[in-house]
Amino acid sequence: MATQHSRSAAQFMMMPAVVLLLGWMLVPLVMTLYFSFKKYLPLRGGDLGWVGFENYARFLSSSTFWPSVQSTLIIVGGVLVITIVFGVLLALLLDQPMWGQGVVRILVIAPFFVMPTVSALVWKNMFMDPVNGLLAHLWKFFGAQPVEWLSNYSLFSIILIVSWQWLPFATLILLTAIQSLDSEQLEAAEMDGAPPLSRFGYIILPHLSRAITIVLLIQTIFLLSIFAEIFVTTQGSFGTRTLTYLIYQRVLESQNVGLGSAGGVYAIILANIVAIFLMRIVGKNLDA
Amino acid sequence: MARAVTKQRKTINTIAAWAVGLLIFFPILWTILTSFKTEAQAISDPPVFLFFDWTLENYGVVQERSDYMRFLWNSVIIAGGSTLLGIIVAVPAAWSMAFVPSKRTKDILLWMLSTKMLPAVGVLYPIYLIFISLGLLDTRIGLVVVMMLINLPIIVWMLYTYFREIPGEILEAARMDGASLKNEILYVLTPMAVPGIASTILLNFILAWNEAFWTLNLTAAKAAPLTAFIASYSSPEGLFYAKLSAASTMAIAPILILGWFSQKQLVRGLTFGAVK
Amino acid sequence: MAHTKKLATYSLSLLAGVSMAFGASAETLTIATVNNGDMIRMQGLTDDFTSKNPGIELEWVTLEENVLRQRVTQDIATKGGQFDVMTIGMYETPIWAAQGWLVPLDDLGDDYDADDILPAMRSGLSHDGTLYAAPFYGESSMVMYRTDLMEKAGLEMPEAPTWDFIAEAARAMTDKENEIYGICLRGKAGWGENMAFITTVANSFGARWFDENWKPQLDTPEWKEAITFYYDLMQEAGPPGASTNGFNENLALFQQGKCGMWIDATVAASFVTNPNDSTVADKVGFALAPDTGKGKRANWLWAWALAIPAGTDAEEAAKKFVAWATSKDYLELVASKEGWANVPPGSRTSLYENPEYQKVPFAKMTLESINAADPGSPTVGEVPYVGIQYVAIPEWAGIGTAAGQEFSAMLAGQQSPDEALEKAQALVTDEMEAAGYN
Repeated sequence: MATQHSRSAAQFMMMPAVVLLLGWMLVPLVMTLYFSFKKYLPLRGGDLGWVGFENYARFLSSSTFWPSVQSTLIIVGGVLVITIVFGVLLALLLDQPMWGQGVVRILVIAPFFVMPTVSALVWKNMFMDPVNGLLAHLWKFFGAQPVEWLSNYSLFSIILIVSWQWLPFATLILLTAIQSLDSEQLEAAEMDGAPPLSRFGYIILPHLSRAITIVLLIQTIFLLSIFAEIFVTTQGSFGTRTLTYLIYQRVLESQNVGLGSAGGVYAIILANIVAIFLMRIVGKNLDA
Repeated sequence: MARAVTKQRKTINTIAAWAVGLLIFFPILWTILTSFKTEAQAISDPPVFLFFDWTLENYGVVQERSDYMRFLWNSVIIAGGSTLLGIIVAVPAAWSMAFVPSKRTKDILLWMLSTKMLPAVGVLYPIYLIFISLGLLDTRIGLVVVMMLINLPIIVWMLYTYFREIPGEILEAARMDGASLKNEILYVLTPMAVPGIASTILLNFILAWNEAFWTLNLTAAKAAPLTAFIASYSSPEGLFYAKLSAASTMAIAPILILGWFSQKQLVRGLTFGAVK
Repeated sequence: MAHTKKLATYSLSLLAGVSMAFGASAETLTIATVNNGDMIRMQGLTDDFTSKNPGIELEWVTLEENVLRQRVTQDIATKGGQFDVMTIGMYETPIWAAQGWLVPLDDLGDDYDADDILPAMRSGLSHDGTLYAAPFYGESSMVMYRTDLMEKAGLEMPEAPTWDFIAEAARAMTDKENEIYGICLRGKAGWGENMAFITTVANSFGARWFDENWKPQLDTPEWKEAITFYYDLMQEAGPPGASTNGFNENLALFQQGKCGMWIDATVAASFVTNPNDSTVADKVGFALAPDTGKGKRANWLWAWALAIPAGTDAEEAAKKFVAWATSKDYLELVASKEGWANVPPGSRTSLYENPEYQKVPFAKMTLESINAADPGSPTVGEVPYVGIQYVAIPEWAGIGTAAGQEFSAMLAGQQSPDEALEKAQALVTDEMEAAGYN
């Protein structure tokens, strides 16, 4: 349907967005690349000359690098699994006829509106604190020893906090998808005597696959760069030092901009590997 | 969607859903409740749920210490401005991607999304230097632009998926009638796209409101939004749960209320093309 | 054409108007500070300053300590110029001053009386003999203990205890059934959190961070002894979740009566003896930080100080403010409003000579602790650095925090003291190499 005229018009209309994002990507990227080949220590006088790939080698060979990649993947993976599994269950539940559906939906989506800093502070102090936290009181009430969440179950705790924030998002998208499901098809299957589990497996889940990939993609984008939750709770201790946090420590705590920039380049590479991986899955679904 | 169910099953559904809903909402509820306690009651053992002496003292202390309205206003400007600017840039782009797709459309779209994966901490130093040289530090306009750029990929994508669901035939018909491109957008497309645009605006307003890295690092006093407001209440000396709760409630209340009132709108457009 | 010209004129006059508006309005000082009690009090007393200095307005940026450090370091290192006055510590001051980033504060007015500043504070905040940051309050560390629990345990706290006595007392006071823990110590990772404390323990056990050639020393027997002592003590007599407890967490625990002893900043004394916040206000005793008889006590020296970044466009106004906030008059002002116990401590000699202040129960011990600390010679062995609970080199913040995370994980039971020391030694060696030592 596209004519030559509309095609060039279309390109013209796309320009502002493309140019802006290209600038937003390239300018910092080029500067980061520039710094990453320098010995750049602001507290020791700033630019101390070119060092080739030294920063890259150092960042990679540091004993903290691979554990940080691992924690990043565990956190992202853990949150994805929890939000998608519980998101599907919750969406199925919310789709059922009930009284006060609107209010329940409001309750469920509320965490999405809470700033990450606030939610981390609230969870850390008022829930997970081993002495004054509500969970500690709950454990004591049942006669158990309170759990030291943020030190002994640090990764799990962070995954829990982040999942709490993102569950509403997953639930909403999945719920919309479920609601678009052809109910006649389901009823027919029910009439035929298909048990709930196979109805779920053969009709609902395939229908949701697209929504699930969307959730996967969007959440991964946001989760790869989570920072506030870690900064507020563990500051990277107890194995929660993600790649993002490691870079933060290099650039801001050690004030080694060159080394941190090399880390930034690695993070971009990691993000792109994940992205390519995701795009492969999502790309197909986007065509449909 | 009306499926016939027994009353018994509906009751079970209701109980289950409410239980889960309240569980998920509980941390927020607890924060709000704690904000009305005294510091001593906030850490009392065993914890008190409802039966305590309700007090507004914490809100008074917080307001006295920091000018809440200024932080709030900055948040509104930054989140609102960046969303508005983002929409202005994104609508034409999404329109052309949805209605005049080329081979590269999908690639461009995915590339846009991939720019969101730049780790913010890694580029803080360059961005900070750029902001200094442009004199944008601690200005609302600087943050509006940064927030717009951060959320632009999401805005474009949401609008794109929404526009794609608008049947092309309608546009064809309008074109047959001799409508110009401008009129096509203005009178045919826009009315159909309003719900999608509305939910895009909402989602991005929320995302910009809650963003805590750039807003904290690129501001000082004048342009500091609520994320900076919160940073002055986390772990001070002495007992602080009640004051922290009051500050937290003040920081999230506006967006929570907005979200609740507009949740139908938000939900309708929050499909990212997941629904076919 | 005329149109454009008109437009240009308009916008020019608009611009001029805007800049006029900015220029004509009062000078505004942007002050970055920590959300500690004394600073928040200062914020509340701003009127006193603005009434004496019409034409200067104050904008406060009050942040949590970690966020504040990150913000001001970033800003000064890039010459961002967002702040006119910064609250910084004894660690940053000499490093930043050496870079030429701070305005010298040797002329804060005739009645400022810089010689009245406690000598330890003054030397710690100076570079090449010039003061670069004015102390708002200063602190050392000391033992705070519950007199009632000590009595119940049948022990008596000497004025200058040894670590052995502290360990014995801590075990005797512990009553986990009733949530009483013999000792609360910092465990939360961070160079200003657990490493400040752990470094003082190490100093008192005869350990040091680096030898004369900047070689990391965490593999020495002294470190092993110090860390093992800290670890064992916390396992037996520490509160649950100690690995996430910093100053604030321990303060809350002590105020709730859950700690028998707490070794931490002397400024905490005014919080734990304040009946409004503390349930044990009238049962607190003080003692010098412990030692092992090797010649160094485990007390640190720290000051939160106000500094002015070089290049600020409001240098004179900023100096007026710094002079006001760190003056004798300010101490009197706080005393008149909140009582002498709430005056920011540890900055001026005259405060400790004031008979009114001498009545404050922790005044004497605070001064003695401060005087017992010598940043110039922090360890038993020779070291190439200054600083007691920190090492005054730019790399320290990174090193301290990275090592602190290992010791924090150790306290949480995730690794043994030996493993923690080994990893810390490797990390420190890495960082020092990256920074170009040896």
